[in-house]
Amino acid sequence: MDFFLQQLINGITLGGVYALIALGYTMVYGIIQLINFAHGEFFAAGGYMGVILISYLSSQGVNPYACLAISLVLSMGYCALLAMAVEQLAYKPLRQASRLAALLSALGMSIFLQNGLMLTQGVYDRPYPTEITSGGFEIGAVSISYMQIFIVALTAFLLVGLNILVFKTRIGRAMRATAQDKVMSALVGINSNRIIALTFAVGAGLAAAAGIMVGLYYGSVNYTMGFVPGIKAFAAAVLGGIGNITGALVGGLIIGMVEIFAAGYISGEYKDVFAFIILIGVLYFKPTGIMGENVDDTRV
Amino acid sequence: MTIRESKRLWLACGVGLGWFLLLLWPLLGIKPDTLEFAATFKVFGYVAVAAVFIMFFYQVKEAGYLDAVGRPAKQATNALGRAYDKAPTWLLLGIVLAAAIVYPLVTGRYAHDVAISVLIYVCLGLGLNIVIGLAGLLDLGYIAFYGVGAYTYAILSINYGLSFWLCLPIAAVIAAIAGCIIGYPTLRMRGDYLAIVTLGFGEIVRLILNNWMSLTNGPNGILSIPRPELFGYEFRSLSSMYYIILGLAVVTILAVYRLNYSRIGRAWEAIREDETAAELMGVNTFLLKLLAYAMGATFAGFAGAFFAARMKFVGPESFTFLESAMVLAMVILGGMGSIPGVILGVLALVALPELFREFELYRMLVFGGAMTLMMLVRPAGIWPAKRVGRRSEEAD
Repeated sequence: MDFFLQQLINGITLGGVYALIALGYTMVYGIIQLINFAHGEFFAAGGYMGVILISYLSSQGVNPYACLAISLVLSMGYCALLAMAVEQLAYKPLRQASRLAALLSALGMSIFLQNGLMLTQGVYDRPYPTEITSGGFEIGAVSISYMQIFIVALTAFLLVGLNILVFKTRIGRAMRATAQDKVMSALVGINSNRIIALTFAVGAGLAAAAGIMVGLYYGSVNYTMGFVPGIKAFAAAVLGGIGNITGALVGGLIIGMVEIFAAGYISGEYKDVFAFIILIGVLYFKPTGIMGENVDDTRV
Repeated sequence: MTIRESKRLWLACGVGLGWFLLLLWPLLGIKPDTLEFAATFKVFGYVAVAAVFIMFFYQVKEAGYLDAVGRPAKQATNALGRAYDKAPTWLLLGIVLAAAIVYPLVTGRYAHDVAISVLIYVCLGLGLNIVIGLAGLLDLGYIAFYGVGAYTYAILSINYGLSFWLCLPIAAVIAAIAGCIIGYPTLRMRGDYLAIVTLGFGEIVRLILNNWMSLTNGPNGILSIPRPELFGYEFRSLSSMYYIILGLAVVTILAVYRLNYSRIGRAWEAIREDETAAELMGVNTFLLKLLAYAMGATFAGFAGAFFAARMKFVGPESFTFLESAMVLAMVILGGMGSIPGVILGVLALVALPELFREFELYRMLVFGGAMTLMMLVRPAGIWPAKRVGRRSEEAD
């Protein structure tokens, strides 16, 4: 039972992180019907920016928790800028082109960014400073680290913020309108290019926060770290019904849980396989996801 | 080009460069204890000079100052194209084949090595070309079939002592079966979802290769795989291995050519252009899509078995997603659906980087960049296929 509770807590932590990445996929897909393959790279870049900024700030004698907060904000901003640049370069000129062209362009961008990270940061793992990641307490035999609490709390905070942005503000209304019908929203005076760039920026900011959290959770970052979590987060987005924000949260939690429980009870080596199997199963039996509406047949 | 347009162009270039500096500096400039500027500005300087030069060249070309050079060059290429059309095909193919046969006699070991990897990728590229270029199914896990072929030969020859020539068809059949297994559940999906599912399948195959210790020896791979043998002659030298893969590549080219211009090939193209219409016209899309997977996998299986024999070693690292993306980049760069295009793409992405050995590190960066750039400026590739259209469902 203790083991189960421990796994449950780990699963919620990881699932929240996947949900944050999945939101970026879901929002971008919802608005321009494109799988943004480079999204995993925004996540990795966020993790790296976290390491770079935290180690610089802490060498300047800043309090470790202030370091974390400042780097979180700065790396989210950095990834937002990166995503807008990528959108402008690789996706915007292809809006009218075939879906295959946009998909391949995204794939090329993903490889490009990943290798850009490798060339500037080196091939080796970069560790997160341990004074931030260590510490925790125990309830019975279940141990909870402060990091896990921080991750869950930050995830919840960002989700609430996103919900307010999307459902309560003018910008959010413009986003939803653009996702529904680009031509009509342009007719009522919404600048769809700006809204799309903004969607990319918000998604990448969330991915950057997730990157820092994964870095803190596992203790280090690597330039290839964007690929597998990227696919898992996409699986989460599909599972929840792509284009659906609540769905991304539910999907992320399910994928995180499945991964942790599969690693704990079945086999650690094959834990990644289960996320892929869920992805394939969902796409095969219910391509619209758990919470998705019926999508036009040709889209699937 | 008017002054106003040109001003806008230069403004965009300036904004882009400023943005690039903003993104580059934190990565290169923030060190654990200091802030640095020199390294960033060096890299930025190179990129900025290149960008300004390209912009300048573009503007000069738009203004028509290069017509004096451009027109004769265009005429020359047109004349070349006409000569190519007029010359009998068998003559051209004969020259190419003769050059390929003579090649190992006049070159050294290193050149053989490069040529062998070019030919392996030709087989892979043409196999993927069936799936993506002809049938229009975006497969991002293609390298898994290559892995299946390689491991089939490795396991059969080490454990049961089967010869290479017997294993070659077995590897192809097993890869084709794997293709059907992967193809079957994905047949209901189209476009993006298909891509992501095949990617997932590719990863599953790699994870199985990595973790099934008793069969594949896990991450350590399988060592000392025997070289092929024929009537007592062992193919020990690289040049003799070159002839085997040349033979395989020729078989692949012929097969893909014949498939392309057969009923099956036309049906695939119909599926690529408009699946719903093809189905309404009586094309059995289910069977043909499955067949496309199986055929593509077959050639990957051939290439994989040869790869295992050539390296005498197989390990799961050779079959990662990046390798799939590389083969895909070759097909895209050369021109989907076009056989000479795919060969050209392979040459461009395998042989050219060999000439610039010292830029090895930048290789994947250039792959990624080239893939995006190609989609932006010439989505049909260097040597486009003659018959390509656009899926009607994307036209909205």
